[in-house]
Amino acid sequence: MEELKATPLCADHENLKALMAPFGGWLMPIQYSGIIAEHKWCREQAALFDICHMGEFLCKGDPVANGLEDVFTFSVKSIPVGRSRYGFLLNDAGGVIDDLIVFRLGEDEAMIVVNAATSDNDFAVIRSRLKDPAALTDISARTGKVDVQGPLSREIMVQHFGPAIRDIPFFKFIRTSILGIDAIVSRTGYTGELGYEIFISADKVVELWRLLLEDPRVAPAGLGARDLLRLEMGYSLYGNDLDETITPLTAGLSTFVNMNKEFVGKPALEREMGQGSPRMKVAFKVDSRRAPRHFYQILHDGEEVGLVTSGAFSPMLSCGIGLGLVRPEAAALGTRLTIRHEKVEMEAQVVELPFYAGGSLRS
Amino acid sequence: MAKFYTKEHEWVEMAGAQATVGISEHAAHELGDITFVELPKIGKSVKQFEALAAIESVKAASDIYAPVSGKVAEVNQALDEAPELVNQGAELQGWICKLEGVNEAELGALMDAAAYDEYLKGL
Repeated sequence: MEELKATPLCADHENLKALMAPFGGWLMPIQYSGIIAEHKWCREQAALFDICHMGEFLCKGDPVANGLEDVFTFSVKSIPVGRSRYGFLLNDAGGVIDDLIVFRLGEDEAMIVVNAATSDNDFAVIRSRLKDPAALTDISARTGKVDVQGPLSREIMVQHFGPAIRDIPFFKFIRTSILGIDAIVSRTGYTGELGYEIFISADKVVELWRLLLEDPRVAPAGLGARDLLRLEMGYSLYGNDLDETITPLTAGLSTFVNMNKEFVGKPALEREMGQGSPRMKVAFKVDSRRAPRHFYQILHDGEEVGLVTSGAFSPMLSCGIGLGLVRPEAAALGTRLTIRHEKVEMEAQVVELPFYAGGSLRS
Repeated sequence: MAKFYTKEHEWVEMAGAQATVGISEHAAHELGDITFVELPKIGKSVKQFEALAAIESVKAASDIYAPVSGKVAEVNQALDEAPELVNQGAELQGWICKLEGVNEAELGALMDAAAYDEYLKGL
């Protein structure tokens, strides 16, 4: 078995008595005090996440000249400097190799932030598609990343790192000095709350983590809480709701695909648009507190129509919620579904996203 | 009356021929935040070590097995609205159900508290 990688914060997690488990090739904290308490802390105050496991690549040069412009489902050259954009790296069949965010650091510099488990493959694929492969560098090992997410996060960040943070709009970032060195602070996150992602040199991330935790409004949160938070927003998780067999159209994420530009996988998406998708993403709410889980069957009128891709108990809604892929006839809002696994059976209804709309995300 | 434990981490405590059943503190801790308990139907008969109820935490869904044979006489209805009672006191207010018509001889197949503690150390 491949040895698990550890983030620079691993010893700190162990001191905090975190429950650690493998995730995407890394040993990561699943929970500290408890998943629901951490989830609520993020919705009410500010949660701190170790995200050092995610991958970061730097791409130098003009995105048109070096070929980066055609690598993703969105246009890199049209991202204004100081902004970031979410989208996909696709295979020839239109399947999602990864979902990622590109930060336009400068006219001739972009940072690509990718999932941990897919990072090595992403690097190889992106590199192979560039006209200038030397333009791409993997900076994951020297880049530390923590996320501060929650309604109090702006106040906390401003107090610790300066007033410039107050004015960062959603999906914009600034380059600023934190702990005496250059860092990137971005108004992004995956929780549904107002929040920031901080990129800093890996050798400073322990100091940053400890500084933030000294603030009584900040509590550490693990991947367990992170999964509930993102699911309550209906956001897709790579490996569950997205993979190389699922296209962004099937996954209900066409907003992040620009069909007016070239990218690998575009012809496959054009075919899918013409023929219709055999499966569609649905969001559903369970009638009880029972949690649907990954790979549970979805039935409609007694017939199997698909599978659950993500599911959990929602602490904010006090019921089971889930995402799934189903045949199109079972995807309309209001459709009654049955979720089944072995002896477990629960009734559910197709609903609109997000499941939880009360977050501070846009405030 | 003393409690007895199964290898699957249920506990049982006898009062006359009636048994109160739950999951152990250890199991509740391992499961993490408990979000749902499927209580058995009153009147259901179960054999020792058969599936009796089900419990779900944020992390996982598990079956609860009957530590002894019997008929379900009462269930802890409070768990419908507040399954977190199991985390707050798995061997007290977080009991799952009461069984009647229990044969005390079956307790011989279970562990007492000291033996269960030893068993946990070996896990």
